[in-house]
Amino acid sequence: MSTARRGRNLWVVGLAVALVVAGVVSWYASAAPDGLEWAAEQAGFLDTAEDSAAAASPLADYGVSGVGSERLSGGLAGVVGVLVTLLLAGGLALLLRHRSRDAATAED
Amino acid sequence: MHVPDGFLDAPTSVATAAVAAGGVALALRGARRELDERTAPLAGLTAAFVFAVQMVNFPVGAGTSGHLMGGVLAAVLVGPWTAVLCMTVVLVVQALLFADGGLTALGTNVTLLGLVAIAVGWAVFRLLAAVLPTTRGGVLAAAGTAAFVSVPVAALAFAGLFAVGGVADVAVGTVAAAMGGVHVLIGLGEAAITVAVVGAVLAVRPDLVHGARALRRATLLAERPTSVPAGAR
Repeated sequence: MSTARRGRNLWVVGLAVALVVAGVVSWYASAAPDGLEWAAEQAGFLDTAEDSAAAASPLADYGVSGVGSERLSGGLAGVVGVLVTLLLAGGLALLLRHRSRDAATAED
Repeated sequence: MHVPDGFLDAPTSVATAAVAAGGVALALRGARRELDERTAPLAGLTAAFVFAVQMVNFPVGAGTSGHLMGGVLAAVLVGPWTAVLCMTVVLVVQALLFADGGLTALGTNVTLLGLVAIAVGWAVFRLLAAVLPTTRGGVLAAAGTAAFVSVPVAALAFAGLFAVGGVADVAVGTVAAAMGGVHVLIGLGEAAITVAVVGAVLAVRPDLVHGARALRRATLLAERPTSVPAGAR
């Protein structure tokens, strides 16, 4: 298998894994408070946390508002998050990339 | 470890936002050197992957959980400057769309999970990679250790910020002890996930792994065949 082909395969498999993790596996995530919340509780400053101004977002807290099933709601939110992140970070990387020396030489 | 709004006062939040903006500006320049036609698609995927895995909190003992931060994972895969940009995109998406991590705390979160975790983690990785054997195992040991260290370091950096600008009147030692202790445990999960993912990518495309460039040079020097015939794996 060519290196380029394996590169494409890596990308496709990686994206599939990300979508499954965010869309399906996330349902099984621990709901216990995370390290920071736990430490804030222990140290006694958890109550100083304020709601984010984005708390009214239709995707707030990893759910899609209006979707009844919690499982579906969380899964959809995860899939949307993966795709938005991929578009933004991937687009930025494509904008910033330089032409590789090999490609530049080949075109000379 | 996403800092919500309210924990830190306004001056501290403004200061961390300025630090974050400066760091991202540097990263926009540095990432140009790291990104080419081959690696740019992997950068987008890395950010998406970190977002996904951050959704899966794993339990770390009685009543507590943690999730991947991902800074060291991203740095080893696509380079430290690109990793800063990946983490920034993830944190912006989480704060704006998912209300995970505060909006006024966005600069704090980029500083902690992006700049501090990656700067310290990448330094540890480079140091270990220089002394460990130039093998796949050496790269993975360096990546795992760096990932482990990056988590409690970011947690202690938060305690430091809290000492300067925490809204509540709590002794810094109390915050540091609670944050440091639980994040050592979360760091073990960070190391496990980082080693698993870097190992998987090394197995199929070692040439794409930024942190394994020395490995690639060593392999070329050993004059092994550069293309493995189909079926050999």
